[in-house]
Amino acid sequence: MTLSSISFSAFGQAEFWIGVGVLAGIYGIFVLGLQLNVGFTGIINFGQVGFMSIGAYAMAILVLKAHWSFWLSLPAATAVAVATGLLIGLPSLRLRADYFAIATIAFAEIIRYVAENARGLTNGNIGLLGFDSSWVSVSNSIQGWLSTSEIQLPLLLVTWGLFGVLTVVMRRVQGTPWGRVLRAVREDEDAARALGKNVFSYKLQSLAIAATLGSLAGYLLALDLAFLSPDQFDPSVTFTGYAVLILGGLASYVGIAAGTAILWVLLEGTRFINLPLSAEQIAALRFVIVGAVLIGLMAFRPQGLFGKREEMVLGG
Amino acid sequence: MRSVRALDAQRGRLRRAVGARPALAGLAFFLAIAIALLIAKGANAFGQTTVFGVVSGSYFALGAVGLTIVYGVLRLVNFAHGDFLTFGAYMAFVINVTVGLPLIVAVLFAIATTGAVGVGLELFMWRPMRAKGAGMLPLLLMSIGLAFVIRNGIQMVAGTGERNLRVNVTSTIAFLGLRIGRTELIVVLTSVVVLTLVGLMLRFTSLGKQMRALADNAELAEASGVDTNRIILATWLLAGGLAGLAGVLYASAVGVFTPDLGFLLLLSLFAAVILGGIGDAYGALAGGFLLGLIQEWSTLVIDARWKVAVGFAALIITLVLRPQGIFGRARAI
Repeated sequence: MTLSSISFSAFGQAEFWIGVGVLAGIYGIFVLGLQLNVGFTGIINFGQVGFMSIGAYAMAILVLKAHWSFWLSLPAATAVAVATGLLIGLPSLRLRADYFAIATIAFAEIIRYVAENARGLTNGNIGLLGFDSSWVSVSNSIQGWLSTSEIQLPLLLVTWGLFGVLTVVMRRVQGTPWGRVLRAVREDEDAARALGKNVFSYKLQSLAIAATLGSLAGYLLALDLAFLSPDQFDPSVTFTGYAVLILGGLASYVGIAAGTAILWVLLEGTRFINLPLSAEQIAALRFVIVGAVLIGLMAFRPQGLFGKREEMVLGG
Repeated sequence: MRSVRALDAQRGRLRRAVGARPALAGLAFFLAIAIALLIAKGANAFGQTTVFGVVSGSYFALGAVGLTIVYGVLRLVNFAHGDFLTFGAYMAFVINVTVGLPLIVAVLFAIATTGAVGVGLELFMWRPMRAKGAGMLPLLLMSIGLAFVIRNGIQMVAGTGERNLRVNVTSTIAFLGLRIGRTELIVVLTSVVVLTLVGLMLRFTSLGKQMRALADNAELAEASGVDTNRIILATWLLAGGLAGLAGVLYASAVGVFTPDLGFLLLLSLFAAVILGGIGDAYGALAGGFLLGLIQEWSTLVIDARWKVAVGFAALIITLVLRPQGIFGRARAI
């Protein structure tokens, strides 16, 4: 393998890596939700991409079809995602862990089919465009203040800024009595119940927060692409999120930031490797890498890079 | 007050009746829907969708039986099972189209190679992981990683373009005003014969009994002298072989396939497994045909593009209302 002979201008490279950074930040926020569910509550949420999809689509539909203000549509879209999370959690959180995993992936796939087939709302596979004009004007002013020519730099700052704030908030939350009950639920549900804790309600709250985080990642993805289509929200997004989570180490917040940065540099870096492969094959190669990362970590280092052995609930 | 009590008593009797014969109650519910659709939509439309449902049910059932046996014996939810089907379809393509041999040779090759993949993965991946005492989540994530590697590995070699096997997809057979493709009929017959053989094998042979014993209670089976590792290998061989066959049958019945074949079918296979009660081979068989019928019958009521989503909704509803499956006994969960 040799490095690509295609020479990127300094400008082009900066633009490229800013794009990678935005994606990594979006996945960071996305994975914060998985972390709360899997790492701290012990519920296996395989439908996180469904919440992302709902957040993005609800925002775009409110702006385009109902002519809401973009800024007002954001909390409304999160509310829709949370409501859906409660709706799916209420009946299915009572299920055994593996059944819950299957139920949530089925939920996410139903959402994708709705995005594909409820064409009056979502334009189906043609997709939605033009929901981001309010953001673009803000982005332009930020670009002006920074006097930079990088179009995606404002989004990069907002994404990682939000990711940073959310990480601090989630860490704080872990230290509260509420957070300690979640861990108790993860470690031993029956013991938590015996202490008079309403385990079901805690799990439901955990899922609702994951839905909130998923919807935030959803808008940011929509702003990043300036376009929404159903195939952006297939289950491989959730599982790429799991690869980030496990790579960084379950129950580690430093791990999420490091995991998402490493995985996305690895995935996007495939473009610079001069292999005799078509674009289609490179796309496939990226998912082979995601799969291999998951298998390799599970086999050889299930605690990831920063996870602590004592926090490992994977064996449970 | 008296009427309330009478109603309660009646409800109690009903519940006891349903509880005693869940299979019968499930079947009765299903038949009621069938009859309602038959009356509302007419015999021809109903009959035709039933034919389509049986065709898709025949590859759902084959795929689902393997998935459920692996779960039963190993307690492993194998997310890579769908991609075993894809692997089988592409192996058949290599023999049938690239090499140019008859389809029957291609089918046997697909069964053998996919079975071999199942066994190989057991030896190099699952057995070492079990030896480490890995829990449910690591194994789940590993199977997901495996699914990614198989699907995208195939895509790297074969590309994303649509492929088709050398089968006759044009000639159809008509009876009683209903039509079925010649290939589709062969697919249904093959599936029914193979599923019957698998059913008999599980019921009457020593291997089948040991598999069921292991699925029922692994420790007890081991204590009674079942050679666990040998039975697990046989389980993977069977599940892989059935998946390979299901992949080829899908490719033949539908006509075209891509590397996404199995990934797109996986949740439908889960739906079939869960409808029939997870871990129960006979249940998966029934669940497969049931799912095919539910999906196709739904097209009588709503647009056909929703039929896959209807299957997923059936999956969630079954999980919520009867996690042990429509026919399942409580023991199955």
